[in-house]
Amino acid sequence: MISIENVHKSFGDLLVLQDVTVKVPKSKVYGIIGPSGAGKSTLIRVINGLEPVDSGNVWVNGLSVHDPKTDVNKIRQNIGFVFQSFNLYPHLTAEDNVSIAPIHVKKMNKKEAKEKAKGLLADFGLGDKAQSYPNQLSGGQQQRVAIARALAMEPAVMLFDEPTSALDPEMIQEVLDAIRRLAYSGMTMVIVTHEMGFAREICDAVVFMDGAKIVEVAPPEEFFTNPTTARAKDFLSKVLHTS
Amino acid sequence: MGYQPNWAIIPQNMNIIVQGLLITLQISALSLLISIPIGVLAGLGRISRNRFISGLAALYVEFIRGVPLLVLLIWIFFVMGRFLRLGSYWSAVIGLAVFSGAFIAEVVRAGIQSIPKGQMEAARSSGMTYNQAMRLVILPQAMRKVLPPLASQFIILLKDSSLVSTVSVVDLTLVGKNLVATTFRSLEIWTFIALLYFAVTFILSQAVRFLERKYHVVE
Ligand SMILES: Nc1ncnc2c1ncn2[C@@H]1O[C@H](COP(=O)(O)OP(=O)(O)O)[C@@H](O)[C@H]1O
Ligand SMILES: [Mg+2]
Repeated sequence: MISIENVHKSFGDLLVLQDVTVKVPKSKVYGIIGPSGAGKSTLIRVINGLEPVDSGNVWVNGLSVHDPKTDVNKIRQNIGFVFQSFNLYPHLTAEDNVSIAPIHVKKMNKKEAKEKAKGLLADFGLGDKAQSYPNQLSGGQQQRVAIARALAMEPAVMLFDEPTSALDPEMIQEVLDAIRRLAYSGMTMVIVTHEMGFAREICDAVVFMDGAKIVEVAPPEEFFTNPTTARAKDFLSKVLHTS
Repeated sequence: MGYQPNWAIIPQNMNIIVQGLLITLQISALSLLISIPIGVLAGLGRISRNRFISGLAALYVEFIRGVPLLVLLIWIFFVMGRFLRLGSYWSAVIGLAVFSGAFIAEVVRAGIQSIPKGQMEAARSSGMTYNQAMRLVILPQAMRKVLPPLASQFIILLKDSSLVSTVSVVDLTLVGKNLVATTFRSLEIWTFIALLYFAVTFILSQAVRFLERKYHVVE
């Protein structure tokens, strides 16, 4: 479903992705973990073309993301993206945040799109918040609206970049619950996260990144109980003992 | 014997003064209206990734900022206006609009650049084109921020518009000049005209304050 092949990427002199290759099969959930600055955000942003690559390529659903000939807007309709900082549109209500892309990108009928948006918001426990503006919502509610917004395009793939890192602790659970439901519904997903327990629970594989490289890819049980690389061991001993 | 003011001269000529004021308001409003699309386009042009477009927009903005409005008005009236048979009124409107457009361009550019980059990323991630993201997500937010400076620009325009009297548009200032020439009552007439400009700009600046409060964007 997602195939990242030999991707190299630098910001100026700084090498951020070094020969990264990984495949995410359909309906699988892959977690990306690793220390800050490892290149996790860059990797997930390369998947939908938010960051260009220096070399290599990414294929989503058989379509080449970084080929200048492909219509990247077309591919992105198939890839939902959820940001750490929500990035809801502050001038639009929750309902309009969710329905704006279906209306203008998919050319869906306005009324239909808004009905659908209301339904999606209700699915995420936000039925009474359709007419609220983002600044009237808590962080957890905003992130759930952002998830609904991404799902409104009916993507084949969902990408999450640290979806709970900007949240107050008491709101993390409601967002994880929403993501968990999606995972169990069979959605293909890639999640950058620092929530180790959550990654262990829902991921089919854990991708451990450090220093611009993928160091280890393993099923979560294996990775968390018996990591093969020294760097993964070191990382786990730090995060598991501080949290 | 000191100078004896004769304030009766003002009500006696009230009709013509009001007509001048209306021309001033009309010319300012009209040129503002025309300068908004010019300014938005030039502001968008400034941030365009297309070098040719951004260069062209930068040239326009820099050129206008480097030329005195008076010279611009005279040039448009005598050079462009002659060729295109614009007449003094439209020469003045176009001159003011082109002048004000360059300032609005900078305000619009700053407004767009003040919108967090995550907004464009969220919009593009959902499959919107750059133009759709601009139109549906970035500009509506930027325009809210730009509204108060835009209203201030109208006040500046209104004052600057007194220069159109030099290309023989019978605005408030030229009405003043003409009245002084026929009545020799410069003290009364210029005092009243100054007060009139002040009254209008004062009311407008109060309106700007109101707008600033109303459209204070919550982040
Ligand atoms: N737009 C950018 N310009 C320059 N450097 C960047 C940019 N984005 C990220 N970086 C740098 O690239 C490295 C990897 O960043 P990132 O992918 O965000 O890591 P992670 O998400 O794992 O913390 C970091 O050192 C970061 O400072
Ligand atoms: Mg990151």
